[in-house]
This record gives sequence, structure tokens and C-alpha cells, in this order.
Amino acid sequence: MARLNVKIADLELKNPVMTASGTFGYGLEFADLMPLDGIGGIIVKGTTLNPREGNDYPRMAETASGMLNCVGLQNKGVDYFCEHIYPLIKDIDTNMIVNVSGSSPEDYAECAARIDALEKIPAIELNISCPNVKDGGMAFGVTCAGAASVVKAVRQRYHKTLIVKLSPNVTDIAEIARAVEAEGADSVSLINTLMGMAIDIEKRKTLLSINTGGLSGPCVKPVALRMVWQVAKAVKIPVIGLGGISCAKDAIEFLMAGATAIEIGTANFLDPAVSIKVRDGINEWLDAHGCQSVSEIIGVI
Amino acid sequence: MKKYILDLKVKQVEQIHQRYVLIKLTDDKPLPDMLPGQFVEVRVDGSTSTFLRRPISINFVDRTANELWLLVATIGDGTRTLAKLQPGDTLNCVLPLGNGFTPAKTGEKVLLVGGGVGVAPLLYMGAEMKRQGIEPTFLLGARTANDLLMLPIFNMYGRVYVTTEDGSMGEKGFVTNHSLLSLERFDRISTCGPTPMMKAVARYARQNNIDCEASLENLMACGLGACLCCVEKTTEGNLCVCKDGPVFNIKKLLWQD
Repeated sequence: MARLNVKIADLELKNPVMTASGTFGYGLEFADLMPLDGIGGIIVKGTTLNPREGNDYPRMAETASGMLNCVGLQNKGVDYFCEHIYPLIKDIDTNMIVNVSGSSPEDYAECAARIDALEKIPAIELNISCPNVKDGGMAFGVTCAGAASVVKAVRQRYHKTLIVKLSPNVTDIAEIARAVEAEGADSVSLINTLMGMAIDIEKRKTLLSINTGGLSGPCVKPVALRMVWQVAKAVKIPVIGLGGISCAKDAIEFLMAGATAIEIGTANFLDPAVSIKVRDGINEWLDAHGCQSVSEIIGVI
Repeated sequence: MKKYILDLKVKQVEQIHQRYVLIKLTDDKPLPDMLPGQFVEVRVDGSTSTFLRRPISINFVDRTANELWLLVATIGDGTRTLAKLQPGDTLNCVLPLGNGFTPAKTGEKVLLVGGGVGVAPLLYMGAEMKRQGIEPTFLLGARTANDLLMLPIFNMYGRVYVTTEDGSMGEKGFVTNHSLLSLERFDRISTCGPTPMMKAVARYARQNNIDCEASLENLMACGLGACLCCVEKTTEGNLCVCKDGPVFNIKKLLWQD
């Protein structure tokens, strides 16, 4: 049994496997199907200052080895989260991390400040990379100045571990990573979904209500891996890798490329217990290769 | 109701129609509790173009034979791959998912209205009602006599009335035109089928002040209420068909047309 624990700034993870925001609800939805406390962290659904209804249906299209979604940050707002959801999840014995989104730096900061007050939420993941909302989201994450402005505002009001989730829909993701690092981000996670599209040729209409959506699943993995490798070389803060991870081998690739931890997203839909299998698979691989600790393989590429 | 991920064993695959197969699954252990109206997310192995699981409603649960029946319309690569399953194969299932139909109460007169492959969950609903000593009435619609699925089995559990669009069996027309609706009064209607049919049934129920539930089948990814892809607009905002449904009271749906 190799040591699997890792650290993301002050955040102690019992193992490097987390579940990605928007693919795992609040964890509770999966409680019957896998032990929630068996993974290093659960990043819950994107939360905004005010409630959001999200985009119209249809919000999803299946693609080759992946899917597009344009959910659009549907959530009941941070106050609802604090009052009604937090009490249900606060005693789950893993890092419960809230993904935070907004439409202005002030929104982000206010939402983050309210979550800062919750004792059992040790970190937030700042979503400056949602491709499915008009106001905010990815608009901030595609320029260094935009990304920096949000992180700067949040950093003033949020005192725990601050992870910033980066968009792959940029020319140079390393540059954005450096910009958020300079404003005090404790970690970066990448990648959010790649903006894509699909068309029903018989109806001559796009398959998603807002035409475009975010691509996820195994099809994005090579792109995500390359970006994680680039960013890990560019910043000193720990990198969290995600994008199409479906098995332990995928996860190990991300760790080798420089990720200190990984998130599993779309694969949760195919196998709700996949994150536990990935954890066990990493452990078995480390044992089989004589590694005492997962840290021995992080960033070896 | 507790959910499971199970590798169920394929016992039989019966091509009951050109476009429909009946897959009978079993397990070494007793199958979990499942309610009429709930569904199963099945993983489709061996179809490169099928990425996500496919939600399939529970057609019937035979407790004596320890069988779960899935009635599958073969409309795409995924469902066509399912139709090729052989006895002895395994099918990975996440189940039971969603909320079922409200159970019938003793003395209630319940009408189960189905169309096309939407008749599937009504068989289990009717069978459970019969088991509790409540006789269901089925009203089933299809394009032609040939498209009416599993009629002999429906007949085992209650009175069956049918409509066909070409008049080849039962009354000609749509389910909502059937004379039964003007001759008898029901306390409750549960419906599953094409959306235009369910909307027409809902309209009839509303006009006649009959409690009515409809089972929806919006495009889904997770089946667990996590991804928020399968939402339906309701009086309570966007709700997940997979977790908050698939069965909704029509009062909650924005089907006022």
C-alpha cells in the first residue's frame, strides 16, 4: 500500500482523486453507489451569488467518445447552499470543495466570502471558465487581465485554499495560469470543457439550445494532458488535472505530466463508482512499480 | 430507495416486433426493490458510437422468476447493440432510478394510458396494482394492430382498451378519442408515451378534474440528478427528469396548452 496522500497548499487530500464540479452533484446523489469518504475531495456543483435557472433544454448532446453540455450553471444560489445543502454535506469525511462562479469580480468575491464562513468547506474552486453563460464565466478566464481581476477580488475576501479552474479555450493557457498565480491563487485546476457544437442534419438545427456547449469525456484527454504539462512547467503552485480521465492509467498520465491531484468528471456518468476504482488502480500501479508514495511520479515528465 | 450498480445476467432477448426487443435479466441474488415508473441506466458495451448509458424504463419485475424486463425500442446504434445481447451475457445496470408512479389506493379507479414503447412501465404498474387487489384499466394506443406491444400480457392484469391510428384494432384514432373516456369516470390517470399523446391526456384530465401523472423521457446523461442535463420546466423551475421525475404530476408541468 503506497502512500497516496497529497497536499494542495494547505489542503490535505487522503488521495489525489477528486470528482469534478457539475458531474457529481453534491456527492449525496452517489452515496448509495460508492463510499464518498474514499476519495480525496468532492467539488460540488457550480454556485453563484444569486439563483440561476440555467439554459433551456436540450442541454446535452452525445459525441464521439464524449459529450457536449450547455447546462449554464443552474443552481439555487449561495444562500440556499449555505442554509440547505451545507448541513447535509458538511460531515462527509472528505474535502468538500465548492465551485464558485459569477458575472462580475464583486459577485465572485461576495459568493466566496459567504462560503469562507462555512467551517467544513476548506477550499473553493473558482470557475472562470464556464463556456455556457453569457455574463461572466469564461469571459474572465480567456484573458490574463480578466482572470487576474477575479482572483484579486476573491483573494481579498477568501482566506482558505483558492483553486482557480482554467479554460482551455485560450491561445496560451500557461500565461493565464501565471496571471492567477501572481494574484494569489493557491492552485490551478484544468481543463474546463472545450467549446464545441453538434448539428442534427435532418432538422438542420444545432443539438443544443444555445448552439454551442462544452465538450468533455475521453475525447478531450490528450488536449487536457498537454495543457496540464505546459501549466505545471509554468507555475510553482500545485496543478490539479482533469479532462477525460476514466481510469487509473489516465490519472497516472496526468500525475506524471505534473498534476498533484486529479478530478474525474464525465466518467462518473458512465460508472458512478469510477473514482474509487481510479484510486485503487493508482495504488496498485504504485505497488507494482515499487513506489512508496504517489509523490514519486508527480511531474516526472 | 437504495440504488445499485449491478452486472445483471441476460436470460432472454425476444424480438417482439420489428422495432422492439424484450430483454429479460436476472441475478444470482434477489433483484433490488423497484417501483413501477422507475428506470434503469444500462451501459452499452460494444457500440463505438454510444458513449453514455441508456435510460430504459422498468417494464416488469417477476419476483418469482427473479427477472427484470426491459422493453427496448431499437432506434439508434446503442439500442440496436442492446438488441444483439445473447443469453448468458451481462448487462451493467444502475438501478432503480427516479421516482415511480404514485401507488394506487384501495377503491381507486385508475386508468393507465400508454402509447408506443411508452406502454412499457404501465405493465409493471398494472401488475403491482392487481397484486394489491386493485383492478387497473389499460388504454393503449399505436399506429397499427401490429404495433400494439405485449397485449396478451396486459390482458392478464386488467381490462384493456385499444386505439389504432389506422383502425386495424380497437377504436380508430388516438387514445384521447376512445369512447371509454366518455363512458367511465376515473379517479386517476397515469400516462407514458409520445409527448403529444401525454399532453392530450393531460388536457383531458385537467378538463375533467382527474388527478394525472405523466412519465417523461428527456435526453439524459447521469440519471442521478448530478449533471442537470435532462431538465423540464415546471412550476418549481427546472427539475431533473431523472431524479425529480421521470413521473410528474401534470399540475407541476407547464403543459397548459
